[in-house]
Amino acid sequence: MASNSPSPQRSTFDLLAAPAVAAMFLVAGYAALFVAPTERTMGDIQRIFYFHVPSAWTAFVAFFLGFIANIAYLLRRRQYWDWLAVSAAEVGLAFCTVVLITGPMWARPVWGIWWTWDARLTSTLVLWLLYLTYLLLRTLVDDPARRAIVSAVFGIFAFLDVPLVYMSIRWWRTQHPQPVIAGGEGSGLEPLMWRVFLLCWAALLGLMALLIRQRYRLECARHELAELSLAADERVAVGKGSGLSNS
Amino acid sequence: MFSLFTSALTILAKELRLEFRTRELLTTTIVFVLMVVVLFSFTFEPTAAESRRLGGGLLWIAFLFAGSLMLHPSFTREHSNDTLAALRLAPIEPFAILLGKLLANFLFLLFAELLLLPVFAVFYDLSLLPLTTRLFPLTLVLLLGTFGLVSAGTVFAAISAHARMRELLLPVLLLIVLTPVLISAALATSSLFADPPELPRTALVLLLSFDVVFLTAAWLFGEYLFEE
Repeated sequence: MASNSPSPQRSTFDLLAAPAVAAMFLVAGYAALFVAPTERTMGDIQRIFYFHVPSAWTAFVAFFLGFIANIAYLLRRRQYWDWLAVSAAEVGLAFCTVVLITGPMWARPVWGIWWTWDARLTSTLVLWLLYLTYLLLRTLVDDPARRAIVSAVFGIFAFLDVPLVYMSIRWWRTQHPQPVIAGGEGSGLEPLMWRVFLLCWAALLGLMALLIRQRYRLECARHELAELSLAADERVAVGKGSGLSNS
Repeated sequence: MFSLFTSALTILAKELRLEFRTRELLTTTIVFVLMVVVLFSFTFEPTAAESRRLGGGLLWIAFLFAGSLMLHPSFTREHSNDTLAALRLAPIEPFAILLGKLLANFLFLLFAELLLLPVFAVFYDLSLLPLTTRLFPLTLVLLLGTFGLVSAGTVFAAISAHARMRELLLPVLLLIVLTPVLISAALATSSLFADPPELPRTALVLLLSFDVVFLTAAWLFGEYLFEE
């Protein structure tokens, strides 16, 4: 079992990656706050968009990674796929939480309300709940091999559900009166805004990769700990057994 | 080696026979849905117009809760009797076990729904006639929605059977995944209760795609749940 668990040690890559992502964040934050032009109607509050939307995209990337890992686990049965799946889902959920927090922060001054059952908001909330459920399921199954299988199957179902959720909610919302009109959606971004936006997304993707790697390493360490304590227990049992036979 | 369908039908026959002998699953489910329908009236006291508008949603909430509770025994019963191992040893595809149980659950829940539909119509003053524009389309919505519910639900019952808190976990897993089914089925049912009745095509497309996607996923990945 231990043979298929590549336990990544702290490398020079990690030592360099963290400061690099931090530097990217500084630049991206500065660009979003000072370089990007001020939006005409919403003013400065619009700047939250540079972290709100890329967080959503990053969450999708993480969930997609988790989906791939789920399938790979079922086909290949290597523990590291399971570790990657849980790491990606957790990090994706964190980014999704950022989306759900920054959204109302923007909505309150612009729309005058914290929350509305608009198609995009509701879909994001359901997405968040789906992955919360996935992580909840993992905490309720004790046997690691069993947990890996059932959570992989549920993870696949949850991911396949996302487009259906999105389509049905969009349809549901068009059936009902819209409380808020999010105007100017199709108007496109000014080129400088685009560049800042992509920079912010790159920073968030870097952070995502970093977090998934750390979370993955944690999972490795937990696994190693479980194996070691099992081995220690065995040794104690053997020691006791031999002690008894000696006396 | 049986073919997939004959072995699934054998499992289905076993489930039906078991239920026919005890009848406990169906009776409990029917009483449960009836209870929800009655309690709804206590909490909201809807007028005729309101029940026409809210009826679809209420009906599907009741079915969804009933489904998420009644699917549970289909695997825990095997666990408590230690019969799942025997099923697994049978020379059939693992998916046949899932499919047989899925079909059995589909028939049980559909039976309960069709039985309760007239009761519901009486309580909330909703008409099921004319047949061609109201009852038949409604039956179609029930068929598609229920199939989606049980195809995800039977897989999740197999999942939650291995977990702690399984009684609570199955509804948690199922209800959020069923969001598309609830939305489309409830809206379609409400539009069919409205005057004049109307069947939104989008609802059918959504329900059908949910059924196809989840049955295919169950077929591709469900068998892994039966490994020991």
